This record gives sequence, structure tokens and C-alpha cells, in this order.
Amino acid sequence: MKLHEYQARRLLADAGIPVPEGDVAATPAEAEAIARRLGRPVMVKAQVHVGGRGKAGGVKCAENPAAAKMLARAILAMELKGLAVRRVLVTAAEQVVAESYVGIILDRATKKPVIMVSPAGGVEIEEVAAKTPEQIHKLHVDPVVGLRPYQARNLAYKLYRDPGQARQAADVIAKLYDVFWNADASLAEINPLIANAQGEVIALDAKIDIDDNGLYRRPHIAALRDLEAEAPTEAEARAADLSYVKLDGAIGCIVNGAGLAMATMDLVKRYGGEPANFLDIGGSSSPAKVVSAMKIILSDPNVQSVLINIFGGITRCDDVAKGIVDAFERFDPTVPVVIRLTGTNEREAAAILATMDLPCAETLDDAVKKAIALAQTPVAV
Amino acid sequence: MSIFINCETRVVVQGITGRDGSFHAQQMKAYGAAVVAGVTPGKGGADVAGIPVFNSVEEAVAASGADTSVIYVPPAFAVDAIYEAADAGIALIVCITEGIPANEMIKVLPHLHAAGARLIGPNCPGLISPGESKVGIMPGAIVKPGPVGVVSRSGTLTYEAIWALTRAGFGQSTCIGIGGDPVIGTSFIDCLEAFENDPGTEAVVLIGEIGGADEEAAAAFIRQHMSKPVVAFIAGQTAPPGKRMGHAGAIIQGGAGTAADKIAALYKAGAPVAGSPTELPELLRQVMGERAMAAV
Repeated sequence: MKLHEYQARRLLADAGIPVPEGDVAATPAEAEAIARRLGRPVMVKAQVHVGGRGKAGGVKCAENPAAAKMLARAILAMELKGLAVRRVLVTAAEQVVAESYVGIILDRATKKPVIMVSPAGGVEIEEVAAKTPEQIHKLHVDPVVGLRPYQARNLAYKLYRDPGQARQAADVIAKLYDVFWNADASLAEINPLIANAQGEVIALDAKIDIDDNGLYRRPHIAALRDLEAEAPTEAEARAADLSYVKLDGAIGCIVNGAGLAMATMDLVKRYGGEPANFLDIGGSSSPAKVVSAMKIILSDPNVQSVLINIFGGITRCDDVAKGIVDAFERFDPTVPVVIRLTGTNEREAAAILATMDLPCAETLDDAVKKAIALAQTPVAV
Repeated sequence: MSIFINCETRVVVQGITGRDGSFHAQQMKAYGAAVVAGVTPGKGGADVAGIPVFNSVEEAVAASGADTSVIYVPPAFAVDAIYEAADAGIALIVCITEGIPANEMIKVLPHLHAAGARLIGPNCPGLISPGESKVGIMPGAIVKPGPVGVVSRSGTLTYEAIWALTRAGFGQSTCIGIGGDPVIGTSFIDCLEAFENDPGTEAVVLIGEIGGADEEAAAAFIRQHMSKPVVAFIAGQTAPPGKRMGHAGAIIQGGAGTAADKIAALYKAGAPVAGSPTELPELLRQVMGERAMAAV
């Protein structure tokens, strides 16, 4: 789960990391009020889950409250890379003297958190890594011991020669590690970490991604999920305990298991179609999950045929068949539905579906080809 | 022959009185695995289909001589179950549970290393050595004994591949699902090395997916250390970047972890990659045939 900048910076501020004064606004009037309260030039920043907001025109500087209102109105009307801007963050503009980078990710290869710092902040860290890798300093943290103060200091000295600023930066790094750990984050990034004209070290921007598996024990973070920032069907799928990712193709896919669901999509592409989605109904599937899955897939106007591909292990094919019958009674699909049920209780499933006269397939490849062929044929009414 | 589990494996089921635990304990037993004990704190003294239940793994091990544990408990308790198994001297811990935070896994792994225990998973279907033993949830009906080792990050996709092998006449030495999480206990490389050293394995099927760089690491290992042929399938060629595809570990981040990179690395290492899981038997026939020819 991705947090918005205004949410991430609140976590940083709660941990004691200095951030510019400011607040989030959903309307131009709110933005104006915040700017007035701050009483100095402000930054107005679009709050959407995309990188490169600045280049896309989603970050602007306003000299006074009236300008902040006008800019907020313009930014709130924007779509950045297809995502509508619903909020802006209004913060006091800082005079930037130096920009650096501090980020923490969980490194899958070493199975440790890795802290990366760079004196070349303010640009994408991937860009720095590609052009000037010597400008990036990394530290792998022993997760059992945690980050030791000397380690944070040593990283901070890579960023600042001035002892006072290095001390402030070390404090920021240590606190960011705590935020990363205590939020079950998979990424926590401050870019840029700046030194201003007064010599203060401040987190000017913040990005935090959360490991979804940690949300069950972090209710205050789970509550930050922005349902408006995702496709409504994806929220509906999560409520029904389904893994769903919407794509742009015409072949709707309902599959059990994430690996098989990906492989099914790949085969759709391989045989000349385009998948409409990724959808995993999970392990022990109840008929109700199949019904929810069908509802979501059939609500996608791009879908021209549906492929149900189940390899029964724990999942019982007869449970899936019952769900299919139920879904047909409720939704009466107007697009063809191709069914492939193999494995546990497949005979019982075939008996349940026998009266429905649906196109069936024995193998994965045949099922995919059939779904593609039927998508191209207009349905007789 | 097989890797990690065989007919002598003695299994304790952690979470045996739960819905999944009791069902799969019986399934494992029905397949022929020696399921010698179960554990649910507070339910010691009960039994599940003739399997005695204990309050702790320590008690279960003392009474039954279990050397392998399989964990079917919810994410909030699964990490503790892993520590408990390791501290009771269990050598092989198979964690089926999905949903454990990665931050917990990176802390538990060094502990397991120090205890000398191997963890398979979490978020995995476990493993099966056909005709010998089964630990986990893989369906026994689709496997048959034979010389092909199977290692995979997923569940049902693995079943699909195994079923294709079995129908084409290729039996398996051991089929193992290492799990779909970003941080797991046993890697592709651990399994490839075990298969390489297993006299009962003649070829390996590797099934990977997007996310991380474990397939690339496996490719490097294959090139340097494997004398036995490896064929592969990689899922997720059509997955969009930045989206988690069901498995916590299946995500393309910052342009890294794509299927194309993994396929290229495997080809370069001499491991051909199938376009569909159903084509794996044909690839096996080719690589195993080449070896048979070379041996003449």
C-alpha cells in the first residue's frame, strides 16, 4: 500500500523528524486558509500516487494566499498520469541551500533493510544510481540489532561536513529507520532532505510504501488507505478477499492461485488476446468468492469473454461450479464464459454444470484459445 | 530418491486442530506420510484422526521423535510457531501460512540459521516426494515417482506443471514450493543444489515469476554448478509494473524483476524456458534426450 506524501510526512513528523509547516487541503479555499495561516510563500503539491509530479506541473510555488488558492484550483482540476488530483499539500516554502537523499528499502537479496544516502538529492535516485553510482552510500542493517547510532552518524557525514548539520541528519536517519520498522514499510524515503538558509535539516518530501502483510497489526496505518486512489473494482475485490488488478484487455480471467493467474494472462497474450485483468480467487474458495469475482469481471465494459481456469488442489471444483451456477442466475452474463475445471472433485463439478451447456475445455491452452475465439465472435441474441 | 523429505520423515503439525491443519494432517497421513503428532496450545491430550495433540512442539518432539514440522496457523501466530519449532530442535520447518510481515521474516531467519534449521516458505504449498512423503498441501493425486525435481514459487501453477509432467510420463523425485513472499527461508539455489546432489534426480523444472532477482541468481548457479539439465517457466510476462500480483513478492519495482530479464538470464545459463507450462514435458524430453545421447 502506498501512502500519500501528506500521510507519510505526518508519520515522519510524529517521529520527530523536522518537516516544513503546512497541511493538506481538498478545496482551493482550504489551501488559501492554510497559506494565510502560514503567512509566507507556500508550495502547493498534488497528492497522487505517481512519480515526477513536479515535471507534470503538479508542484507549484505561491507567493501569497490568493495565488495559493488559484494554483490549488488548477492543480485540483488536474489528472496526472490518469489519476485525478483530489488533495493538495500546502507547505511553507523553504530556502534550499543543499539537497540530499535518504531512503530505506527491504533488500530481498540480503534479507536486510538497506539504508541509502546520497548528497545528490532532489532527483530520482535511480538516475543517480545510473549516472553517478559513487554518489550513493549504502548500509545494510542487521535487523536483530537494529541501527546503531554510530552507523547513522557515519551515513550523515557522507551528506554534511558541518558537524551541526551532520548531527541533525544522523537524527533524521535514525528516526526514519524507526518509522520504517514500526510501520512495516517496504520503502521509506526522504527526497530531498534539505539544509535551509538557517542551517536546519528538513525533510521536504516523503514517500512511504507499506508491506500489506503488516497492516493487520498497524490499524492506524491501514486506516490511511485512500480508496478513491484506486479503481473502484479493486476496492470491491479487496473487500471480497480477492486479489485483482485491472488491465485493459478483453479477456476476463478468474483463476485460483497467483502464479497460475499470471500464467493464464501470459497465455492469453501468447495466443493473440489481451487479458482484462489479474484475478486470484485464492486457496480454499467458497462459491461466494466465485460470485464476487464474476460480478467484478462482468462489470468491466471491455470484457468480451470470461475465462474461468481452476486447478483444484485445496480448491474443490464443485464449490467453484456452484458459484458459477449462482453467478449465472444472478447476473445472466451477455458475454461467453469458458470454463476449465481440473483436479479435486472435477466430476462432481461437471455434473453440476452439465445442464448449463457452457463452453468447456480440458487443458489450459485450449481454454485460453477458446476464450479468445469466442471474444471475437458476436454473441447471438 | 528425493530431497528434504523421504519415507523416514516424521511430521508434527502445528495448528492441527484448526480447519486447514486438521484437514491437511489427514490428507498427509492418507498419502502415507508419517504424521506422528500435532500441536495446539491448550488442546494437549486430544487427538485428530488418531494423531495425538500436544500443548507444545517440545512435548510433541519428546513423545514422537518428530523431525519436521508443518505450520498451519494464522499470520499473527505463525512467526512464534517458527521460533518454537526451531527451539524444539526441528530440522525442517514448512510454513504454509500466507500474510506474515517481511520485517518479521528477516529477524527469524538468522535465528533459524543459528539453530541449524531449514525453513521452507512461508506462503508456500510445501513439498512432496512421490511415493515417500508429503508435507504441506500439494495434491497427492497428480504426482508420480520418477527422476524430475520440481521447484517453484507458486502453488496451483506448480500443480499445473506437475500434472503436465505426470501425464507425459515424467515422474518426480521431489516437488517443492518455496513460497511467493519476498523473504523466504529456502531459495531456488538451495533446492537446485539439493537436486544436483540427489542421485534420484536427473533433471529439474524451475518455475519462477516476476519480482526480485532469485531467478537470475538461480541462472548464475545453474551455469556454474549444475551438471543436470534445468528447464523453466516464468509467470508474469503481462504483469504491469508497480502492482502486486497476488503474491507479496510478485511485483516489478523500479523496472527490476521483469519476466523478460529472468527468461533471458535462464536462456543464457543454458536453461530453456517454456512458453506454456504444458510445453515443459517436451523441453524435458529434449534436454534429457540430449544427455542420454551424450552418455552413449
